[in-house]
Amino acid sequence: MDLTYILDKSPVFVAAAKLTLVLAFWGVILSAALGLMCAVTRFYRWPLVSQLAGAYIELARNTPLMVQLFFLYFGLPRVGLVLSGQTCAIVGLTFLGGAYMAEAFRGGLAAVGKDQVEAGLSIGLGRFQLLRYVVAPQALAVSLPAISATVIFLMKETSVFSIVAIPDLMYVAKDLLKEGRGAETNFLLCAAYLTIILPVSLIFARLEKRLRFAGFGS
Amino acid sequence: MAIGPEVLKIKDLKKSFGETAVLKGLTLTVRQGEVLVIIGPSGCGKSTLLRCLNGLEKVNGGEIVFGGQFLTDPQTNWSRTRQRIGMVFQNYELFPHLTALENILLGPLRVQNRKKEEALAVAEGWLTRVGLWDRRDAYPRELSGGQKQRVAIVRALAMDPEIMLFDEVTASLDPEMVREVLDVILTLAKEGLTMLIVTHEMAFAKAVADRIIFLDEGVIVEDASPTVFFENPATERAKKFLNIFQYDDYHKNEGAKGDSGDSPLTPPVIF
Repeated sequence: MDLTYILDKSPVFVAAAKLTLVLAFWGVILSAALGLMCAVTRFYRWPLVSQLAGAYIELARNTPLMVQLFFLYFGLPRVGLVLSGQTCAIVGLTFLGGAYMAEAFRGGLAAVGKDQVEAGLSIGLGRFQLLRYVVAPQALAVSLPAISATVIFLMKETSVFSIVAIPDLMYVAKDLLKEGRGAETNFLLCAAYLTIILPVSLIFARLEKRLRFAGFGS
Repeated sequence: MAIGPEVLKIKDLKKSFGETAVLKGLTLTVRQGEVLVIIGPSGCGKSTLLRCLNGLEKVNGGEIVFGGQFLTDPQTNWSRTRQRIGMVFQNYELFPHLTALENILLGPLRVQNRKKEEALAVAEGWLTRVGLWDRRDAYPRELSGGQKQRVAIVRALAMDPEIMLFDEVTASLDPEMVREVLDVILTLAKEGLTMLIVTHEMAFAKAVADRIIFLDEGVIVEDASPTVFFENPATERAKKFLNIFQYDDYHKNEGAKGDSGDSPLTPPVIF
């Protein structure tokens, strides 16, 4: 392995890692928002919207991100809707991630017992207050491992963005491979993904530990 | 305490779960300051009755009038009504992510929009009275069963309810913790709080009740003072039920037979 080559090329990877991180960040935030909305509609069993959310979740979870991106990037222009590569990337990641987040939140909401709901109702809490003060905080603690797994999964899924011409880590790596530098490229890729994903992983592990000790599971 | 005007009127209340009728036309009037203890075999509808009163179960027929308001009206604002009806559950159901004090303040602050200082003063008053003010920052998992149940009672009382419903509140407690919870309820009774209590603690029922309501198969079988009910029950069903709690007699009667036959307490002979 050629260290000077690695040092030489690392600025390219730093720039690509930054872009990957930014796209993943927006994808994760928007996924969480979309997922929360879906989970809440299903928690309250709002007619129609909850069925719609259910159908969306199945569609998004059971098709690969690459296919979803293909549809956004190559399919939509045929009906006159042209989105930039970056927009496609964020929309695609959100579409996929929203479904996983919805399932993560749903698991947490389902884990909060009917008795807790009744205790909340019995002190006069309204439907929204019940969710906000009683159900959601407990659900979040239960959901956290699943949320953490989803966030990490979504960050790794960014590796297919290169098909919509985004100069992310995989994209620049493919360029380097053409120069016949397999080992160096592989090393740089691993290092770059680890650098952006490992800290997230550790932060979640920390958070899970904190919440576990915060008085749950009495 | 003096007994006041009627606060709760239940007329021909019916409730079924699917095909199973649990309450089959139940009529009952409760006056202000009265303590009613509801007893009866399991599945007789005691808990269901309490749950109908604060809207946790939808009723199928009849009327509930509370403070002049029809709770059987589908338009009932339950959030407002439940503030006037405190409920304590068998398994405490404290919110595990909140401290004891936060559990108690949630209703007064978020539902009743009371001032923080005012709500805190009320909470401090009640917690001090049940001997738990120094445990106010503890999470439910750090409290004993008896402590949790006392906090749960305070959580309901902090809303300043007009009536309290206790649903087998000592049934999950270790025997040595039952007393500390019952003492709190006894004090409340002395102070004239209107209460409906479902319990299996017969000695406690005798001590706290103004009236005993004996429920069986969804109807009120007896409605009597504790003295009359426990010493001279009018119906066979009540007598039979009370017999369950008479271990001494049971034992003596077995002994009196004097035979060497199988007592239920003798270990079975295997071969």
